[in-house]
Amino acid sequence: MTASSEKIRVSRRKVLKGGALIVGFALTGMQTRAFAQGATGAPRRVDAKEVDSYLAVNGDGTVTVYCGKVDLGQGLRIAIPQIAAEELGIGVDKIGYVEGDTALTPNQGRTSGSSGIQRGGMQIRQAAATARKAMIELAAQRLNLKPEDLVSSDGEIRPKAGGAGIAFASLLGDRRFDLKLDPNAPLKNPAAYTIVGKSLPRPDVAGKCLGTAVYVQNFALPGMLHGRVVRPPAIGAALVSVDEDSVKGLAGVKVVRINNFLAVIAEDEWTSVRAARELRAQWSDVSGLPAQDKLVETLRTDPGVTDQALITKGAPLSPPPPNVKTLSASYFWPMQSHASLGPSCAVADVRADQATVWTASQGTHDNRATFARFLGLPEDKVRLIYIEGSGCYGMNGHEDAAADAAILSRAVGRPVRVQWSRADEHGWDPKGPPQLLDIAGAVDADGHILDWRTEMWIPQSTRGLLNIPLLGPQAAGLDNIVGLNPGLISQNGDPPYVADHVQVIVHWLKEAPLRPAPLRSPGKPANCFAVESFADELAAAAGIDPIEFRLRGLKNPRGIELIKRVAAMMKWQTRPSPGASTGAALVRGRGMSYVHYKHSETLVAMGMEVAVERASGRIKVERVFCAHDCGQIINPDGVRAQVEGGILQTISRVLMEEVKFDRSRVLSVDWSSYPIMRFSDLPKLEIDLVDRPNEPPFGAGEASCAAVGAALANATYDAIGVRLRTIPFTPERVKAALNGKAS
Amino acid sequence: MPSYDLRVNGSARRVDSPDADKPLLYVLRDLGLTATKYGCGLGQCGACTVLADGTAVQSCQMTVADAQGKAITTLEGLGSASNPHPLQTAFIQYQVPQCGYCTSGMIMSAAGLLAKKQKPSEDDVRSALEVNLCRCGSHMRVVSAVMAASGQRG
Repeated sequence: MTASSEKIRVSRRKVLKGGALIVGFALTGMQTRAFAQGATGAPRRVDAKEVDSYLAVNGDGTVTVYCGKVDLGQGLRIAIPQIAAEELGIGVDKIGYVEGDTALTPNQGRTSGSSGIQRGGMQIRQAAATARKAMIELAAQRLNLKPEDLVSSDGEIRPKAGGAGIAFASLLGDRRFDLKLDPNAPLKNPAAYTIVGKSLPRPDVAGKCLGTAVYVQNFALPGMLHGRVVRPPAIGAALVSVDEDSVKGLAGVKVVRINNFLAVIAEDEWTSVRAARELRAQWSDVSGLPAQDKLVETLRTDPGVTDQALITKGAPLSPPPPNVKTLSASYFWPMQSHASLGPSCAVADVRADQATVWTASQGTHDNRATFARFLGLPEDKVRLIYIEGSGCYGMNGHEDAAADAAILSRAVGRPVRVQWSRADEHGWDPKGPPQLLDIAGAVDADGHILDWRTEMWIPQSTRGLLNIPLLGPQAAGLDNIVGLNPGLISQNGDPPYVADHVQVIVHWLKEAPLRPAPLRSPGKPANCFAVESFADELAAAAGIDPIEFRLRGLKNPRGIELIKRVAAMMKWQTRPSPGASTGAALVRGRGMSYVHYKHSETLVAMGMEVAVERASGRIKVERVFCAHDCGQIINPDGVRAQVEGGILQTISRVLMEEVKFDRSRVLSVDWSSYPIMRFSDLPKLEIDLVDRPNEPPFGAGEASCAAVGAALANATYDAIGVRLRTIPFTPERVKAALNGKAS
Repeated sequence: MPSYDLRVNGSARRVDSPDADKPLLYVLRDLGLTATKYGCGLGQCGACTVLADGTAVQSCQMTVADAQGKAITTLEGLGSASNPHPLQTAFIQYQVPQCGYCTSGMIMSAAGLLAKKQKPSEDDVRSALEVNLCRCGSHMRVVSAVMAASGQRG
């Protein structure tokens, strides 16, 4: 297949409209370099320590950047070239870009944990700085000048004093650097940036709006067949019998059965859909899931836990001084789905001696060993190539679909595309895990926290497990990895405020009710929901305004600035919560939360205004205010898009989302049983991005998510005077809370 | 095998289908018109929205038999790089898509709205797009872009 190419104008205008920065854009003009996904370039050096693994200076004066992190719509395809172009000293329009191909790009780790820019981008910045230093040294020899008298600009190294320079291509075109990344290679001074910090348009956007973008769902190979996997009616069920005659009437359908792996294959997609629907099979009865209505108790009383004190700071005052209020509360965040808009899909071409898999996986490198293992091939004979799919937010079904396709391709000896159904995706995508938190604390009349103790019950991560067990190999009885990987879900369990004594204890659960996986901002939406709700409860107990309470306890000046910005944005009225008008039919409230992501990365202060309808129990988020500091901003519009998306998606998770299941299977397998936000639910958003060009850049895709739950809960408390501590805040739950039942 | 005469993006297309209830979605994708996306097959998400005689419909819910005699427009037929529809221009200008899987359906639903109402209010836009889901949270930009495409401040 050929690379899609898009015409965008790179020199652009910025227009301020309605207070928002709008990216000026034209469809005609300069032709950018192709984004060659699905192409099969010859394998190249991919050692993550080598400059050549990241950068190639081409004979035509362009530079190709090879990035192991992938773009799922979060904007790396422009942000990474901006970083590289800036540091090299070349126009961003001269940068070609290849992502997520195990044969072409270095292993920079999975695209997860908001690490695309802060780790992946910084490796590429250092590679570019090393390359620039090397090219300056080469030019210095040729020009008989000192390196310090030369500067890199517009794709050439030229004397600072003026005069002719030497183009990158002449210095190095098509040859290798043969250098390791030099951690001491000097970085460009941010004050001199001309590319980083600009809202350049994302190059994939035009194709997505014109219908020319290539998704893995569109990718096709000659001779490719269409497969659908028939999953059992119960998780872990064994296949008893298959009635192949049930699909005999469908032309060209083949049934593939490997142990408990059952699939149909057809020449065209619709026939495969019909065959999967019509195939009759008998499965064993299994009912191994816990009762959903007892899930909290099940987690709390699980005998198989390992306890770990994550944080112990200071010592509690004993006995507590007078005028101290002590509180305790329990919070619960349920299992949630990635709920990708498009069900997972992949294409695989498995031959006797090698395999190529086209996948939207966020971890092509991480998966190579796994795929090699269940296919019984040497790792260097397995290639995974990233092609964008429907957005996923951690690890949805993309990798399972890829494994399904690989198993089927091997079984039939032809390339196979596997497309999951909606019910497959909602039913079988790995889920964000359940999280239960108990918090107890003590606060004095001045709002000083004397004691804080968090206990959390969460599924453990199996040490060193890069992936999660895949459904296809598991059902087929092939060599599969074993364990749990819910992501780093124990962070941010302690408050960001001064406290005399803090303890965080984790009760690690050996099992999870449904297969867990990292889901956007893994664990932090729940932990920050609990911590920032409880901080609000302490503030209310002390009779102190929530913002005043936080400012008294916060030392981080960047955090303080964000909270003050949010207070100014929402014209915050200083008073304790709840507000006065809690008896009305429609009550409004405001609340806020503050998050320092992982206590070391992006900082967010978030305010919300909600309206609660007492009769229906419906919460409407009316306005959201977000002040956001992710350090150096590479592409402001890209950051803004991520923050908008993080806020909206998490409002959806907080108000609506919970995976429903019985003792055998997931029941919420479509958009009516697992609703997400629609246009009528939209709040107004005001986002204030604080740029700190001299600070390291941190991720912007996750931190805002972590702040949403508590801001919403605190605003609701301000409105109705009742605490919601169980996600989602459905109308039924709100009504129960208003009627004095436990939330 | 029975065949069906369709009019897609202005061209006459004859397609074969063993069953009359094959959804238009698969017919279009088999024709290589892959901008139209499979999202649920249940009429719940809007990812497969196309225009049928100028009205936005979910192509997973329209059979090939029912599509006969109607003028079908997909995102590819709405405009192109050299001659984009105002909605496409606005969606690009506002950098609407993230993953973009919903974008085709969003634009087609909006095109259906603008065909009926040249200057919709923001509430009209939200209501016309109520069936269209987006998981990445690009909603604010969708509304702004549709308003801009209709010559109004988004």
